Amino acid sequence: MLKFLARRLVNYLILVFIATSLAYILASMTFHPENRYLGRNPPIPASTIEQTLKERNAAPDTPVLVRYGHWLNGVAHGDFGKVIQGEEPVSSELKRRIGVSLRLLFFGTVLGAVFGVLIGVVGAVRQRKPVDVVGTVGSYILLATPTVVIIIVVQTIFVWINRHSGNAGLFPQTGEYTSNLHGLAFWLDRGRRLVAPTIVLTLLGASFYSRYQRSAMLDVLGSDFLRTARAKGLTRQQALFKHGVRTALIPMMTFFAYSFGLLLTGATFTESLFGWNGMGKYLIESVQSRDTNAVAAVTCFTAVLVLLSGMLSDILYAALDPRVRSR
Amino acid sequence: MSQTFSAAEPAPPADSTSPLLEVHDLSVSFRSEAGQVNAVRGVTYTVNPGETVAIVGESGSGKSVSSLAVMGLLPSSATVTGSIRFKGQDLLSLNDRQLSKLRGSGLSMIFQDPLSALTPVYTIGDQIAEAVRIHQDVSKSQAARRAVELLDLVGIPNPQLRAGSFPHEFSGGMRQRAMIAMSIANDPDLIIADEPTTALDVTIQAQVLDVLKKAKEATNAATVLITHDLGVVAGFADRVMVMYAGKAVETATVDDIFYHPRMPYTMGLLGSIPRMDVEEKEPLIPIEGTPPSLLNLPPGCPFEPRCPIAVEQCRQTEPGLDPTDRDSHFAACHRSLEIAQRQWSAADVFVRPTVPEAAAAGIAREERPVVLQLQDLHRAFPIRKGAVIRRTVGSVRAVDGVSLDIREGETLGLVGESGCGKTTTIMEIMNLLKPQQGRIVVLGQDTASLKPDDRRTMRSDLSIVFQDPMASLDPRMPIGDILAEPMWVQKMPDAKIKARTAELLKMVGLSPEHASRYPAEFSGGQRQRIGIARALALDPKLVVLDEPVSALDVSIQAGVINLLDELKSRMGLSYLFVAHDLSVIRHIADRVAVMYLGRIVEIGTSKDIFDRPSHPYTQALLSAIPLPDPEKERTRQRILLTGDLPSPTDVPSGCRFSSRCFVFAEQLDADQRARCQSEDPGLYPMNADHGAACHFAQVREVV
Repeated sequence: MLKFLARRLVNYLILVFIATSLAYILASMTFHPENRYLGRNPPIPASTIEQTLKERNAAPDTPVLVRYGHWLNGVAHGDFGKVIQGEEPVSSELKRRIGVSLRLLFFGTVLGAVFGVLIGVVGAVRQRKPVDVVGTVGSYILLATPTVVIIIVVQTIFVWINRHSGNAGLFPQTGEYTSNLHGLAFWLDRGRRLVAPTIVLTLLGASFYSRYQRSAMLDVLGSDFLRTARAKGLTRQQALFKHGVRTALIPMMTFFAYSFGLLLTGATFTESLFGWNGMGKYLIESVQSRDTNAVAAVTCFTAVLVLLSGMLSDILYAALDPRVRSR
Repeated sequence: MSQTFSAAEPAPPADSTSPLLEVHDLSVSFRSEAGQVNAVRGVTYTVNPGETVAIVGESGSGKSVSSLAVMGLLPSSATVTGSIRFKGQDLLSLNDRQLSKLRGSGLSMIFQDPLSALTPVYTIGDQIAEAVRIHQDVSKSQAARRAVELLDLVGIPNPQLRAGSFPHEFSGGMRQRAMIAMSIANDPDLIIADEPTTALDVTIQAQVLDVLKKAKEATNAATVLITHDLGVVAGFADRVMVMYAGKAVETATVDDIFYHPRMPYTMGLLGSIPRMDVEEKEPLIPIEGTPPSLLNLPPGCPFEPRCPIAVEQCRQTEPGLDPTDRDSHFAACHRSLEIAQRQWSAADVFVRPTVPEAAAAGIAREERPVVLQLQDLHRAFPIRKGAVIRRTVGSVRAVDGVSLDIREGETLGLVGESGCGKTTTIMEIMNLLKPQQGRIVVLGQDTASLKPDDRRTMRSDLSIVFQDPMASLDPRMPIGDILAEPMWVQKMPDAKIKARTAELLKMVGLSPEHASRYPAEFSGGQRQRIGIARALALDPKLVVLDEPVSALDVSIQAGVINLLDELKSRMGLSYLFVAHDLSVIRHIADRVAVMYLGRIVEIGTSKDIFDRPSHPYTQALLSAIPLPDPEKERTRQRILLTGDLPSPTDVPSGCRFSSRCFVFAEQLDADQRARCQSEDPGLYPMNADHGAACHFAQVREVV
C-alpha cells in the first residue's frame, strides 16, 4: 500500500511540475509586461524599465526558455521571484493569501461533500419520493446556473437578511476581515464573513456530489449483499447504514479527486465577487497586471492542492475498500 | 389453522408434530409498466421439521420469488397475498422489525452467487460474527470465536487466519461455505437455499452439497432447496415441488417425481436432461416453445401451448393441484389419471426427434482428414510488478503443453473446471496466430505461416459460438445484419447474402421474417440459435462451441443440443465443444479431453472416458456429477476432492494433480508418492486412442 502511495506521489509531483511549468511558459510568452511602462507621463527612463524587468526575470529580449530556466532554478531554491508592482517577493504575498483561500476551500469542500453524500443517500433510499425530487431538481438547477449568478443570488439573499435583522453588518458581503480586532470579536468577525461564501461553495459541491452519490447508492441498493445482511436479521435501515452507505462511498472517492479542480474554479469566482484577498482573486489580479511570477506561483499552489486531494482520496479509497489495499 | 388447507395439501405425517412452515395460497405480483406481473399464483406447501423439500423450476417459474416472500425480502414493489405461517405465526402480518428478529435465527437463507452476496468491505469473520451478535447477547470476542468455530465446521482450512480475509480473497466454493456458516450461526429451524451451487464447478458443488448436508445434521434444520438441477434434487431432497409459470404443478416424494411423474411438464424436464449414465446416444426430448409471459396469462393450463397431449379442456380451465393415483402425490394436469393408467413416460408423451446419420459415420476415424491439430500448445501471461519500472516476476501458465487433434465430422469435448485453461486454448486457436510455443494446424495449414489475407480467408472455415447469448449479439443490430456481417467481411455479393440469411434462419428453426427484429425480441434459446446461425454463415468446417448451452434452461438446452447434433450430421461439421457439464459432453461428444491446470490429463473416446476413466481427476470429476436418479444417487460412492484448483502461477512440481489427488493421499506408499512429486507424468496410453497422464492410472467405475 505504501509503495502504491509512493508511486502515486511521484506521478502527482510530475503533474505539479508540468502544470506549473506550462503556466509559467504560457504566461511569459503572452504577457509582455514591458507594455505597462509605455506612454507614461512623465516617461520612465528606458534603463529603469530594463532594470525593473530584469530584476523580475521578464526582460523581453531574453528568450522565454532562458527565463524559464532561470525561474526554475529559483523555484528549486524556494524563490518564486518578485512581484511586478512593488518590491516584494511573490512568496510573501502568497503567505498572506494562502490562509484566506484555505479556510474558504476547507469548509466549502467538507460541507459540500457531507451534504452531497446525505442528499444523495436519502434521494436513493427514497427514490422518486418528494425528498428525492426536491434534491434532484434543486441540484440540476444549481448545476445549470453559472457560478457568478449563484453568488449574486446568495449575496442578494444575505443583504435582505441583513436589512431585516436590523444590523447591516450581520453578515458582511465584502472582504474577509476587519482590522484591529482581538479575542472573541476577532473570531466572530471571521466567522460571520465566512458564512455567505462558504454557502456558495457548499451549494456547488453538494449539487454535483449528490448526483454521483445517488447513483452509487442506487447501485448498492439493488445488491445481493444488502439482501444477505437483511437475511441475517438486520432491519432494512440497519442494513442500509452498516452495509450500504460504506460501500456506496467507495466510488465517490475517485470522483472527489477529479471534482476538486471544479471547486477551485468556483472558489476563484467566489473570492473575486466577495472581495476576499485570497489566491483566486490574486490569480485574476496578476493576469490583469501581467505578472508571470505570480501566475506561476498561484498555479503551483492550486496544483499542490489537487495533488493533496488526490492523495487524500487514494488513502480514503484504500481505507474504505479492502480490495485495493493489497495492490 | 389446518382447516383452511385446500384438498391439494399433502397431509402432514402422523408421527411428527405440527408443520414448521405452512404456505397457503401464496401469490406475489409486481407492478410493471406493461401491467401486473403475477410471478407466483397461489402456491401452497408445507415443510415439516427436519425435512428437505426441493422446489424445482426453470427461470421465471416463481421458485425464488416465493421463497423470498417467506423471508420477507421482496422489494416494496411486490404485492404478497395468502398466508405464510412459521411455527404457527403469520409472517405476512409482521413488520420489518418483527420479521428481522426471525430472519437469521428461525429462518435463514443461502443465496446463489456468493461473491455478490457478501459485503465486499467487511471480513468474512466479521460478517459471520455480526450474524451471531444480532440474535445472541454475546461479547464481540465471543462472537468472533464463534465465527471461527463455524468456519471450521464448514471446512475452511486454517479458520482462525481465514476469518480475517475479505470475500474477494476467498474462492467461490469457500465463499459459499462461509455463507452456509453464516446461515447456521443461530441454529435456525429452517434453511432456505436458493440455487446454492449453481455458480460453482462440479467438484466444488459436490463439496458444498456435502457441507450443506453436514450443516443440516449439525442444526437439525429443515431445508428448502431451490434449484433447476434435477440431479442435485435426486440426491438431496425428501420431497419435491415442481413449479411452472408461478404455480406448483406437481408435488410428490423424490422417488415418485423421478419414477412416476404424472404431469407432462415434469416428464418433459426429466426427458430433456442429458444423462451421463445412459450409454446409447439418442436425441434428447426437448419441450417445444418457451414458458409463457406472466403478464396477462390466458385462461387454461399455462403449459398447454407446449404440451403434446393437451386436449380442449386444457385450453378452457387451469387444472388445480389434485391427488393422483399415488399417495401424497399431487399433479396439476387434467389427464394425470390417464397418464397413470396408460403408464406413459416422457418418450410416449413427447416426440423424440430423429437426427440424420452423419455422413462421416461410416468412415473409420484414421481415414478422415484432420481439421484441427494442436501440438504442445503453450500460452503464458506474464505477471508484472514494481513501482516505477515494471518487471516480470512470474507467469500464469494458462495453457501448458496441450496436444490434440480433431478429425472431420467429429466432436471433441474439452472439459475441465473454471481456470483450467479451456478458454485460453480456444482463444489461441481463434487468434490464428503463431503461438508462444507449439503448433496450431487448422485444415492442414500451420497458423505460423499464415499471411493476414490468408488469415481472413481462413476465418470462414473456422467459427465460434459463445456462451452468453445475451452478451454475444449486438443489441442495436437487427439479426439479419448480425447474420450478414461475417459474409460482408468475406465480400460476398449482396443478393447472395440475403438468400443465405433466410436460409440460415430456417436452418436453426427460426423464420426468415425474423431478420428485421432485434435480439431483445428473442428468448435465450432463440438467441443462442441466432448465435449458431451466425457461426454457420460461411459454411465452416470447424465450429468452436464455448459452453453453448450452459446459460440455458434444461428444457431449452435439449432443443439446442439436438439442433447442434443435427447440423453436424447434415453439414459434415466438426466441433470443438468446450463445456464444464459432463452430461452434455457425454451426449454430444465422440471424443473427450479432460483438462487440468493447463494440461490434458486424459483423452479418449467418449466411451473410454465415461465408462473406463483412468485418471483420478477424471474419476473425481465424473463422480461429482449428481445423477437425476434418486436410487443411484443414494448408493453412489462420491469421490470428494479436497480444496480448490491451485493457482496456475504456482503449479505443483511433478504431477500437477498430486496436491488434490485422492489416490496419492490414500493409496500410495512413500516411494510412489515421491515419484508423483518429482516426475511429471506424460500421457500414458491406456488403450488404443486413450491416454491418461497418471503414473498409477487405473480404471475405476464411477458413474
